[in-house]
Amino acid sequence: MKLILALIKRDLTLSLRQGGGIGTALGFFLSVVVLLPIGIGPDQALLARIAPGALWIALLLSVLLSADRIFQQDYEDGSLDIMTMGPVPFEMVALAKAVAHWLSTSLPLAIAAPLLGFLVNLEPSAILPLALAMMLGSIALSLLAAIGAAVTVGLRRGGLLVSILVLPLYVPVLIFGLSASQPGAAPGLTTASLLILGAIALVSLVVSPLASAAALRSYLK
Amino acid sequence: MELVAQDLTCERGGRIVFRNVALSLKPGQLMQLSGPNGSGKSSLLRLIAGLNEAQTGSLTLKGGSEDLSIGQQAHYVAHQEPVKSALSVEENLAFWRDFLGGGDVDDALAAFDLSRLATYPAGLLSAGQKRRLALSRIVLVPRVLWLLDEPTVGLDTSSLERFVKVMEKQLDDGGMIIAATHVPLGREPDLRLELGGAP
Repeated sequence: MKLILALIKRDLTLSLRQGGGIGTALGFFLSVVVLLPIGIGPDQALLARIAPGALWIALLLSVLLSADRIFQQDYEDGSLDIMTMGPVPFEMVALAKAVAHWLSTSLPLAIAAPLLGFLVNLEPSAILPLALAMMLGSIALSLLAAIGAAVTVGLRRGGLLVSILVLPLYVPVLIFGLSASQPGAAPGLTTASLLILGAIALVSLVVSPLASAAALRSYLK
Repeated sequence: MELVAQDLTCERGGRIVFRNVALSLKPGQLMQLSGPNGSGKSSLLRLIAGLNEAQTGSLTLKGGSEDLSIGQQAHYVAHQEPVKSALSVEENLAFWRDFLGGGDVDDALAAFDLSRLATYPAGLLSAGQKRRLALSRIVLVPRVLWLLDEPTVGLDTSSLERFVKVMEKQLDDGGMIIAATHVPLGREPDLRLELGGAP
């Protein structure tokens, strides 16, 4: 456990010092949210209706933006080789790196998104459910992004491929994330959707380390 | 303890790199791997480290831990240096200490004369200094088997002397070293394994 924490701590330090991680993602998120109302026009009611969807799509795309870097550097400089020879199972290494991505990118975005909702006229009553849904959903987003990153780690400019591979996996998160954060939804719908988002996060938690580790191992061979 | 390999055949990308390689290495022995480019020196080291799979043959570490793979009891130093530019020299080593378990960072830094550079960002190191940082990892965490791929590339004379001292200590402590190299290591190897040319 201590080893895993050491790895997460290192990845967080690296992402803070190198910049590019959360800065780029937040900047991208902000530009989408700022440009959207200008593109749609001054229809306040329409904007309020599409606000949760717009925020969710911006979140998915911002997370994908940094996804291809999860394993890239460690693969190129040989750190992953050494990590397979560590005392912990390689699956735990893959999980730790996905968790570090969640902490450094997805979670800050999920926290910032509802607050930036005022730019797209998000209804105040939707802020809390949206924040909850995004925090739960972002766990799955990072874990699924790690699979895509692992599958494309040996490819130069694999970013586009990551998006194409991972986007279909993001659809369930988007659907249930939206239904959890719709303002004025039927009672019970928000809770049920949040539960399903939690289930998706749990399934990803199991599948992602196994799939990423298997993909990385085959690249190292 | 003894590292024994029999009948190893390695295939990469549909090409047989080497076949029927056998070796036996006892504590305190240094083995030098030599052979022309493409003869499979790196492949053999990666194979022992568990990073490649052998098509045929067996590889055992007799007397080693039963719970750990050979790779988990070995150090592997490759061509690339797993050094993070954004971390300081000390932080790089501290991470490997925490991740691989045990060891004293200050001693490892001193072994390759890096103590003065401890707080220096690793991104500013020269190629030779990076090499020394990568090598100090094997001093940091004690492991019985060292797999070194061209370990002396970029080292200056005094670093080479330090490296020889480090190797001698490992051998005196009952460790084993396999080094792939074209140039003399600075210490006579106990065993030599010549891999054939690329077919």
